[in-house]
Amino acid sequence: MAKVTIPIGPQHPSLKEPESFSVTIDGEKIISMTMKLGYNHRGIEKACEERTYLQDMYLIERICGICSHTHSTCFIQAVEEIAGLEIPRRAAYIRSLVGELERIHSHLLWLGVAGHEIGFDTLLMYSWRDREIVMDLLAMLTGNRVNYAINTIGGIRRDINADNIRDILKAVDTLEERTKYYIQIATQEVTLIQRLSGVGTLSFEDAKRLGAVGPTARASNLPRDTRKDDPYAAYGELNFKVVTDTHNDVYGRTLVRVGELMESYAIIRQILTNLPDGPIAVKAPRKIAPGEATSRYEAPRGEDLHYVKSNGSDKPERVKVRAPTLANLQSVSKMLENGYLADFPIVIAAIDPCFSCTDRMIVGVHHPDGELAGAMDWKALRTYSIDWYKKNRGVNFKIKA
Amino acid sequence: MIHSLFAIFIFPGFLFLCVISLAAEFIDRKVYARLQNRVGPPWFQPLADMIKLFGKEDIMPEEANPLMFKGLPIFALAAVATAFLYIPLWSPESLFSFDCDIIVVLYLLTLPTIAFFLAGWYSTSLYAMIGAIRSLTQLFAYEVPLFLGVLAPAIIANTWSLSGLIAFYRIHPVLAACNMLGFFVSIIALQGKLEKVPFDIPEAETEIVAGSFTEYSGRLLAMFRMAIAMELVVGASLFSAVFLPFGFGLPLAGAIAAYIVKIVFIILLSCLIRTLFARMRIDQMVEFCWKYLAPIALTQILINLLIKGMVL
Repeated sequence: MAKVTIPIGPQHPSLKEPESFSVTIDGEKIISMTMKLGYNHRGIEKACEERTYLQDMYLIERICGICSHTHSTCFIQAVEEIAGLEIPRRAAYIRSLVGELERIHSHLLWLGVAGHEIGFDTLLMYSWRDREIVMDLLAMLTGNRVNYAINTIGGIRRDINADNIRDILKAVDTLEERTKYYIQIATQEVTLIQRLSGVGTLSFEDAKRLGAVGPTARASNLPRDTRKDDPYAAYGELNFKVVTDTHNDVYGRTLVRVGELMESYAIIRQILTNLPDGPIAVKAPRKIAPGEATSRYEAPRGEDLHYVKSNGSDKPERVKVRAPTLANLQSVSKMLENGYLADFPIVIAAIDPCFSCTDRMIVGVHHPDGELAGAMDWKALRTYSIDWYKKNRGVNFKIKA
Repeated sequence: MIHSLFAIFIFPGFLFLCVISLAAEFIDRKVYARLQNRVGPPWFQPLADMIKLFGKEDIMPEEANPLMFKGLPIFALAAVATAFLYIPLWSPESLFSFDCDIIVVLYLLTLPTIAFFLAGWYSTSLYAMIGAIRSLTQLFAYEVPLFLGVLAPAIIANTWSLSGLIAFYRIHPVLAACNMLGFFVSIIALQGKLEKVPFDIPEAETEIVAGSFTEYSGRLLAMFRMAIAMELVVGASLFSAVFLPFGFGLPLAGAIAAYIVKIVFIILLSCLIRTLFARMRIDQMVEFCWKYLAPIALTQILINLLIKGMVL
């Protein structure tokens, strides 16, 4: 069979969100891959400029359906930094608690997705069943399974009580037991190991050069973890280790994620035993003083970065979000080099992509001949759209001078 | 004449096969679901799926060859249904048994795979074409171990007919236990034939959508689905006759019960394999079949030759 280019996406069963990959294959081997982002652009950053800080927090939370607490905390941290607010210790601990519960649900979800991508649906059903335990915990603590809305500027909205603590500890024990079983599967199940090891290799140097973040970087033995590097919330006071692995492949990424699950359980126990007393929020001003801040947060997928600029009103002047998937996408084409078509879905899934979270920027698009296309300004874009409609739809919009 | 037609189309031919295939599919899906901690479908789900598909519109790609595109599902279905007629179910004689029918059954069971390949090829879709090539690649890997595995019991029995085989093992029931290696190989190879995990590579949905069947819809897809469901029953019936040749001497009700127990057992084994493993890659699959399955099947042949030389 000659070389063929097959389209994977924008609509394809292996993709949970629309994204377009063109894979050129020779038989079963991948020769090259190009990707096209931007099917899910929702204009959230622009929308943030039209709303107050508090409204923005709820909007930002909806960037991602899985790491919603990540984005809301990351944004709030930047706002609090500009406003010079010091949140109470109890609030910081509870933010970390919800953050870790979110990490657990995200990693269990990933485990299931990875299982499905390699045709191991039993793993999907088991891990998603166990994920329900942590989803129920989150619903109990915050009132919602996703988009928890527990943050507020200056602290958190809901306190937790002794009953909650008892329930969480009980659930964490169950989850820990199940996770041990998954670790056993991951280290012993032959077909699983065969499908994952040696697939999508990313060396330590490449991970560093391409700026990989999160479990993708840590599986290449790059100990990059914002919780340690730049502690936020309560992480500075907690004792945990950064899980790394030297496999450099999808198998390593799996081991890092299950290892992080175990770390998260330990962190949650520490948080609950050391939970300080006191208020859960400080009063925040409606208008934020002029200034700018950048905030980092270790999402389940890697480092999340928010930039907020304020102009002294109750609305931000600029909000910029860099989701972890964007940092990891660069390394995907490296991972796919000399790979098999069959490994394509799992390699993509192994960075735990969240395409709709990533789609909020314009990237310079390379022409096929290698030239960088110039970005269009507003006027040129308008002229182009009017011409396009005239040519393709027969609609003639008049251009006003 | 009328009697033969009744046997071919109604009982124990086509219609009966349809009914037990749907029942087998239900058992397979329900047990698969229960093993995965799910509730699983209600008993009529496979039938409902078929009715729904038969009620849907057939959509054909413009560039596809209409004759081949429409003919292949019927071809696959007919091949599997024909194979069923030559397998002894509960009576020691099959409907149209003749000498060497075991070879004919094996070849009739190869035809659906060829039909899947051609269907993918004539669909003129990229996904279908990759699926088609994978089907064929896989065929070369599992077919030899399957043939060796199924033919091994015939070597001891010194006959190439299924009824002869059953007659032989009725006299020497202990010898049937010697064929367990072949049984093991055949069950695994059957997963490849049915395109199920770990060998569902030709229709790996996360890679190539639905493989050969990507462009199929409506009645034509229903026929392919039916052919695969029937293949499971036909394969299980063949194995139950070859590897588990018990219960043929019982009175009719007992023999039928024995037949059902045997095929359910084989379906459960296939279901268990499907639950336990991840999908292999095509190169790993070919390697596995030639490195492990084929040598095990050859060992079985060797054992059987030794038994034949020394014991009989």
